[in-house]
Amino acid sequence: MPRKTRPRKVVEPPKFKAYKPVCLENENNECIELFYEEYEALKLADYDNMNHCDAAKLMDISRPTFARIYEAARRKIAKALVECKEIKAVYGNAIFDKNWFQCTLCKTRFSQPEGLELLECPICKAKEIAKM
Amino acid sequence: MKTIITATGNTEDALFDLRYGRAKYFCIYDKETNSSKFIKNEHADAQGGAGTKAAEQTVELGVKQVISGDFGPKAKEILEKFNIQMVVLNDDTSSIKDIINKIK
Ligand SMILES: [Zn+2]
Repeated sequence: MPRKTRPRKVVEPPKFKAYKPVCLENENNECIELFYEEYEALKLADYDNMNHCDAAKLMDISRPTFARIYEAARRKIAKALVECKEIKAVYGNAIFDKNWFQCTLCKTRFSQPEGLELLECPICKAKEIAKM
Repeated sequence: MKTIITATGNTEDALFDLRYGRAKYFCIYDKETNSSKFIKNEHADAQGGAGTKAAEQTVELGVKQVISGDFGPKAKEILEKFNIQMVVLNDDTSSIKDIINKIK
């Protein structure tokens, strides 16, 4: 029986669906699937310059697990670059940060601090809110 | 209730700034009095920790809501702790006035 993977906390999904290479030689149709949590690990470590310990805490996983996800992300990106492959963002094992919501009308994302009861879009005041 | 809207300039005609810690100005809008004032972000060009500084300043100003384009992990942690609502707008074509008109 495969081991159940613990969900990894992700602050927000990547803003892209895919990255497509412009190849010099004939294109191949294969693509690399980059998981949301791999994107998140790469972002925290290499974009936000967080140390692995803090980043692991933020994602609610152990440090070794973080290191593994981060390594996987780097290998996938490197493979995509070298082998000229498309990178697709796929869901993977991510869960989103609690208390974050998105307005289904204007797509604004917002946090809902404790004690604030009225759940409506702070921008367009719509009540059609989805949990992220 | 006071709201911070990150701004690229110090008037309501200025465009919304997508950055939080590195925003050029903070527009502080007060819903009760429907008035706004602008403060310069002294840490916009800091080497590091701009997000933390911005979040600390937000707490000190007694603001309850921040509208920006992105919040770094450190800033988020602080804002979350002090129950300040974060609103993420990916709109770099709106002016501060446009945003105020929506939220007031
Ligand atoms: Zn909305």
